[in-house]
Amino acid sequence: MAQRSAAARKRPEKIPTPAKMAITLHVNGVERKLSVAPWTTLLDALRLYLDLTGTKKGCDHGQCGACTVLLDGRRINSCMTLAIMKDGARVTTIEGLAQGNALHPLQQAFMDHDALQCGYCTPGQICSAAGLIAEGRARTADEIRELMSGNICRCGAYPKILAAIEQVMFGKSAQKAGEAGR
Amino acid sequence: MINFAYTRASDIGDAVRQIAADPAAKFIAGGTNLIDLMKENVTRPSRVIDITHLPLNRIEETENGGLRIGALVPNSDLAYHPQIAARYPLLASALLAGASAQLRNMASTGGNLLQRTRCLYFYDTATPCNKREPGSGCSAIGGINRMHAILGTSEHCIATHPSDMCVALAALAAQVLATGTNGERGIPFADFHRLPGDAPHIDTNLRADEIITAIELPRKGFANHYTYLKIRDRLSYAFALVSVAAGLELEGDTIKEARLALGGVAHKPWRNRDAEARLAGAPATRESFQHAAEIVLREARGFGHNDFKIELARRAVVRALTQAARGTPQSQADKRIA
Repeated sequence: MAQRSAAARKRPEKIPTPAKMAITLHVNGVERKLSVAPWTTLLDALRLYLDLTGTKKGCDHGQCGACTVLLDGRRINSCMTLAIMKDGARVTTIEGLAQGNALHPLQQAFMDHDALQCGYCTPGQICSAAGLIAEGRARTADEIRELMSGNICRCGAYPKILAAIEQVMFGKSAQKAGEAGR
Repeated sequence: MINFAYTRASDIGDAVRQIAADPAAKFIAGGTNLIDLMKENVTRPSRVIDITHLPLNRIEETENGGLRIGALVPNSDLAYHPQIAARYPLLASALLAGASAQLRNMASTGGNLLQRTRCLYFYDTATPCNKREPGSGCSAIGGINRMHAILGTSEHCIATHPSDMCVALAALAAQVLATGTNGERGIPFADFHRLPGDAPHIDTNLRADEIITAIELPRKGFANHYTYLKIRDRLSYAFALVSVAAGLELEGDTIKEARLALGGVAHKPWRNRDAEARLAGAPATRESFQHAAEIVLREARGFGHNDFKIELARRAVVRALTQAARGTPQSQADKRIA
């Protein structure tokens, strides 16, 4: 086993470092050209190369949802996506949801309901909720909970997050939606 | 993450040529499992071959009244496809019981079949694992094995297959279409995944030069009497401890045909044809369902922490067959078990 491990350790040295590749991403409506290695995730490309640090790295294993962005309009985990595979794609991050100074309705609703404590999961929660609404599959509180289950909130703000999403989906007032969330 | 090279496949022939020429390469589509395995240093391909530009994203009718699902159809598109929802709700339900909305948007149909076990020792490169490093031993036997298999195990591996979708495909008797250097072939679903035996590092019977192009569903979808019942440690977004896919065809109160497959209990989706045969012709009663459950679990064996799965699976089979017979399938949103 020691021999095998030694062989395994040596192996990467034999692989020449692959060249970076030029790709174009349409991020929040702006065309961005960048050069990425094959193993650069979309999450790292956004944060490290495009300075869009609103998208968070939580678990980096597709389990927490903090890295959720919209790719061609669909919510995905950017940590489990290779940037090199998404040449030409449209990406929407938390930075791209507001229209000028007008917050996206979900951003406003999260504020109205105090739908966060530490806030680290919030960009992913909001992008995921935007994807959820665009999908149009959730009609009840149970369905919202189930279809938002890919976004973990360690602070446990789930009732408020649900209330904020209900406000946007069903046009409930802040007070009424809050009651439904309890 | 490890370093690797990247190429794109221009068509199916090109994909086959590329994989045949480089056995250390891996195809990538959704990447939801492979990228994680590369981050964990468990899978170390020399390069990944991007197949997402191949024309394998259609769902179409087959000549014998079934459906052919392209290997690149995302799990979410498949689950919500009108034909799947209407004719194969068992498959739709199993898909929606798995992963999260984000992952289902990314994950491909073909890739779902090739998911690797989530056994913690397989992921932990500091521990022996026969699946990751053949001959090094199995850490789960005698280790923490609450999530592990109770059926079809070997002394070399007690890992489980993680997919929900595949449990439904096993029950529906789907067929996997694959193309390799020698052309296209169909693989019955029951023959696609393997038991661990003495080669647990080999998960499937797909050949090294083959690419999955489609899944074919036969005409019969058991749309009136089905359920996918998934029991797990939290109500959503967790792998199954035990899951049951059941489909019944009833004539009055008599079972004409039954399909029964379990997830979370074995190295492959566990379809039991003896239990199905026992149900055929029997009345749709609790007693019949209990007999079937006894047959399924007859040779089950626990490894300590997972002993509870034997009784859990027995009860889940009875409950799932009851749900199917009553026409009250398990909701994947409201988790109360009907």
